Amino acid sequence: MSSLSVSDRVRIRVEDVSVTYRTSLERAPTLKSTLLRLGRRERIIREIEALKTVSFEVPHGKVMGVVGANGAGKSTLMRAVAGILPPTEGRIEVQGRVSTLLSLGVGFNKKLTGRENVVLGGLAAGLTRAELREKYDEIVAFAELDDFMDMPMRTYSSGMYGRLAFAVAVAMHPDILIIDEALSVGDARFRRKSFEKMRELCGENRTILLVSHALGSIEKLCDEAIWMDKGRMRMWDEPHAVVEAYTEFLGVGDAEEDPVTMEDI
Amino acid sequence: MTEPLHRDRTDEFTSVRHVYEPHRVGLPPLGSYVRELWRRREFAFELSRTDLRAQHFNTLFGQLWLVLNPLLLACVYFVLVDILRARTGGVAFFAHLMAALFAYHFVTDAIRQAVRSVTGGGRLILNTAFPRLLLPGASVITAVKRFLTTIVIFVPVFIFASLPVGPHLLWLFPVFGLFVLLATGMAALVAALQVYFRDLKNFLQYGLRMWLYASPILYFAAEVPDRYQFLLLLNPLAPLLTAWSDVIEFGLAPDPGDLALGAAWGLAFFISGAIFFISREREFAVRL
Repeated sequence: MSSLSVSDRVRIRVEDVSVTYRTSLERAPTLKSTLLRLGRRERIIREIEALKTVSFEVPHGKVMGVVGANGAGKSTLMRAVAGILPPTEGRIEVQGRVSTLLSLGVGFNKKLTGRENVVLGGLAAGLTRAELREKYDEIVAFAELDDFMDMPMRTYSSGMYGRLAFAVAVAMHPDILIIDEALSVGDARFRRKSFEKMRELCGENRTILLVSHALGSIEKLCDEAIWMDKGRMRMWDEPHAVVEAYTEFLGVGDAEEDPVTMEDI
Repeated sequence: MTEPLHRDRTDEFTSVRHVYEPHRVGLPPLGSYVRELWRRREFAFELSRTDLRAQHFNTLFGQLWLVLNPLLLACVYFVLVDILRARTGGVAFFAHLMAALFAYHFVTDAIRQAVRSVTGGGRLILNTAFPRLLLPGASVITAVKRFLTTIVIFVPVFIFASLPVGPHLLWLFPVFGLFVLLATGMAALVAALQVYFRDLKNFLQYGLRMWLYASPILYFAAEVPDRYQFLLLLNPLAPLLTAWSDVIEFGLAPDPGDLALGAAWGLAFFISGAIFFISREREFAVRL
């Protein structure tokens, strides 16, 4: 498909995307250490090739699962699609409003209250105050945190933290939802609730990118799946085939029967 | 690079096309960047409000503290200069100290707030795509609000020093605007540099202290010996402080030369600070 026909059908198009970033090996980069190092020509920068020429497309209304071992580049891929990390090469095209629920801490400041975090996060994501007011009650109700919204988030338990994050991400009513390993939060009841919510969202013609180590949910929720391995896309197929190949590769045996790898979200 | 296509202008949130590509020159398309910045300005205001709440800005003692700090400093410097130079400036000189010191405090307050704005913004930066310039922007907003609450102290100062009151005071608005411009540029600069040099904050203390002594605060610009006059030209704050003094203490319109030089410095810092910040901000997510 030529890039001109960005059809209404394709919502996410990733074309030959590579992400390479340089990271410092120092604990904290400081002016002092830079000056002390001057003239010694030590290399303390390492280049990390997090993604290597990855290409795929997600059509409108489809749910794309992403599986892969730790450090395979899944989170980098999600952040690139969300526009947080720029691609070093290639091109990413996203059509529609994106809401993200990423694994790296969800963007809350623990010193602030739940309410402040919801408002700040929403405004940063581009919502207007009116939209926020509208969604606020919905978020609180879904997260079931009425009593805690005006308390600093450091007083939250990790389950409550995750519940609020999930509630915020789904309340944005995005065209495109990017969820990175954030489903396994809360107690059994909330997990059930978020799974139901996910299923509802999947049925609503939304485009979803779902990263999960729970291969069972990938199979149940997704229309297609990709398997990332060391920054490359190893496979792009229907979920069952991908999960099967992936589990075989991992050598964890027959996925169908292993409750650990298939564990629900 | 194509512009985002707003297919539906009535609700531009719902149908936006984003294209992410490597930018050869390190800068994203500025037009859409500025549009996004403006669209999300509420975020900067809210962030500033949250910061101020954390600093107990909404309590009486919190506000009192904002006034007290530079006021005590002014008293200390007054005695110091009075002893060192046997000056007989009296109330008029105290008024000069107050005016200049509070303006200096505003600029450095913005810089101090901004220096941690990006490194302290951690999680939000890792998880949300938004124009990062909003972060030092919020610091400047905070500094402006803190400054505006302190100006009540000038009522007694104006009365005791019988400073001229009149329409010339309207000149304070453009001069203050230039202070804001300069502060914003510097705020963006230090916020971005702090990502690469985490000890910048410590060095900054000394830098700002030296800046205080190098600026016409404890003295008047006109008193500076000829051989040091060039230092005033190199100091972005000097022409603005002189203009500020002219208006407040002498009831004069600022010297056009001072205004022009101040505006040039302000613009230079604003543009270079913003450009430097924007060209680097895409890297912040991996540097934090």
